Amino acid sequence: MQPFDYVVATDVPAALEAMRSGARPVAGGTNLLDLMKLHVEVPTRLVDVNGLPLSQVEETPAGLRIGALVRNSDLAYDARVQERFPVLSEALLAGASPQLRNMATVGGNLMQRTRCSYFRDATQPCNKRLPGSGCSAIGGYTRMHAVLGTSDNCIASNPSDMAVALVALDARVLLQSAAGERAVPMTEFHRLPATRPEQDTVLRPGELIVAVEVPNRPFAAHSRYLKVRDRAAYAFALVSVAVALDLEGGRVREARIVLGGVGTKPWRCHEAEATLKAKPADEVRFKAAAAAALRGAKPHGENGFKIELAKRALVRALHLVAGEA
Amino acid sequence: MDGLSDAEEASSDEKERSEGVGCVTRRDFLTGSALVGSVLATGSLLPGEARAVVPLAVPTPSVPARRVELLVNGKTHTLELEPRVTLLDALREHLQLTGTKKGCDLGQCGACTVLIDGRRVNACLTLAVMQQRRPIMTVEGLASGDTLHPMQQAFLSHDGFQCGYCTPGQIMSAVGLLKEPWGPEDAAVREGMAGNLCRCGAYPNIVAAVQSVRRRA
Repeated sequence: MQPFDYVVATDVPAALEAMRSGARPVAGGTNLLDLMKLHVEVPTRLVDVNGLPLSQVEETPAGLRIGALVRNSDLAYDARVQERFPVLSEALLAGASPQLRNMATVGGNLMQRTRCSYFRDATQPCNKRLPGSGCSAIGGYTRMHAVLGTSDNCIASNPSDMAVALVALDARVLLQSAAGERAVPMTEFHRLPATRPEQDTVLRPGELIVAVEVPNRPFAAHSRYLKVRDRAAYAFALVSVAVALDLEGGRVREARIVLGGVGTKPWRCHEAEATLKAKPADEVRFKAAAAAALRGAKPHGENGFKIELAKRALVRALHLVAGEA
Repeated sequence: MDGLSDAEEASSDEKERSEGVGCVTRRDFLTGSALVGSVLATGSLLPGEARAVVPLAVPTPSVPARRVELLVNGKTHTLELEPRVTLLDALREHLQLTGTKKGCDLGQCGACTVLIDGRRVNACLTLAVMQQRRPIMTVEGLASGDTLHPMQQAFLSHDGFQCGYCTPGQIMSAVGLLKEPWGPEDAAVREGMAGNLCRCGAYPNIVAAVQSVRRRA
């Protein structure tokens, strides 16, 4: 690793102050330190935010407020999350390894880089790592890459499982800066790479994630996460699906459908959700929703199989949730 | 920060390595840095010139070592370390606790697994300076004198290894697993031990060893 300076903050103002002087926040460190060892990230100063009072999952009138420093494993095993937001618990437990889940935080999981193997290889051109240098993935080996939301600049998929579930739950990210606090819906937190692929999120300089709010919604408890990968555990999704359904008498009142592994950001399928609304929860409608979800998907080389795989995974996940509700 | 390091990407990474794309030697690396330096100096980056594009023209600070207190296996150690020293390197190179192994050094293999505050983590993906005064347990701290920890004994009894390089990490990971809410079946152990790779393929015996301790508990 390149040398860097290191400071510790014990409250949010101190962290924001360190960030104003150029420090990058570090919590679990599992993505940032990995990329620093590869010389993909080269911060000159880190501010350790682990001492900030942001490690609680709190009940609010609207739902749960999850502190940015809650560890992925603690959140996954939180009884309230398991009962009321099962898709979030399942997505967290489908991500990474037990060791990494013990280290990784909610805020850090959101800030992990949207990335591919060319981004991680500092000898290769990559618009995300070095803007304007080109995209090595386009025309390269693309089995893991995105089929939705891609551009000529970048086709890397966002690998977070947690983020896919949070989009399905209508979650909001709470950001704090010297200018105050603002809330960003999860659907808008990650950016598309049409322009500035080096910017994965809408986070502004000087802003710190302090919490994620997950609202109580009728569909939240009837939700599942289905992840398809090359091996049984500890692998990025080829395709993943977060589904939440509010059902009444066999009909869908409201649906949330979000795909992972196939998009340059967690991919909410509004059209597929609309296809199901006020319709019977059956195979015919589920297949129609799957077709709508992948409409416009664009294969690159080896990843064309993801389109059919995502459709089938979505139909299966819809059956899973409908069968339980 | 978090997430989900790139063992999850291992299948595509491995393919690249087999194609001879993914390895950076020290010489390549230095050449790449020099190229970027000269590109920035001349302001020219023509297509086709961008063979090696290491974004390293960032001036890095000279950061002196500082006093770091680590509480390892019940004993406090005071070291002088640069912030960039990982917990793994501090244990191995500065405390000579070489039971904790360096495998991939990227959070993918689990050979460096230790317990911090009783929870299993990858020592390669955290900085020593970040873990001051928190109780750290390495494989050297597991036995009580000459009496092995039940998990150590179980790995011996069930022959849960071949070359042994991954074994300290496997054992520490298995001790961490005992305190986590996993189901009773073998499949839960396989999933729960997914962060530890064994190139010798001793997995069936590792599962048997872990299960024997769980059934006794």
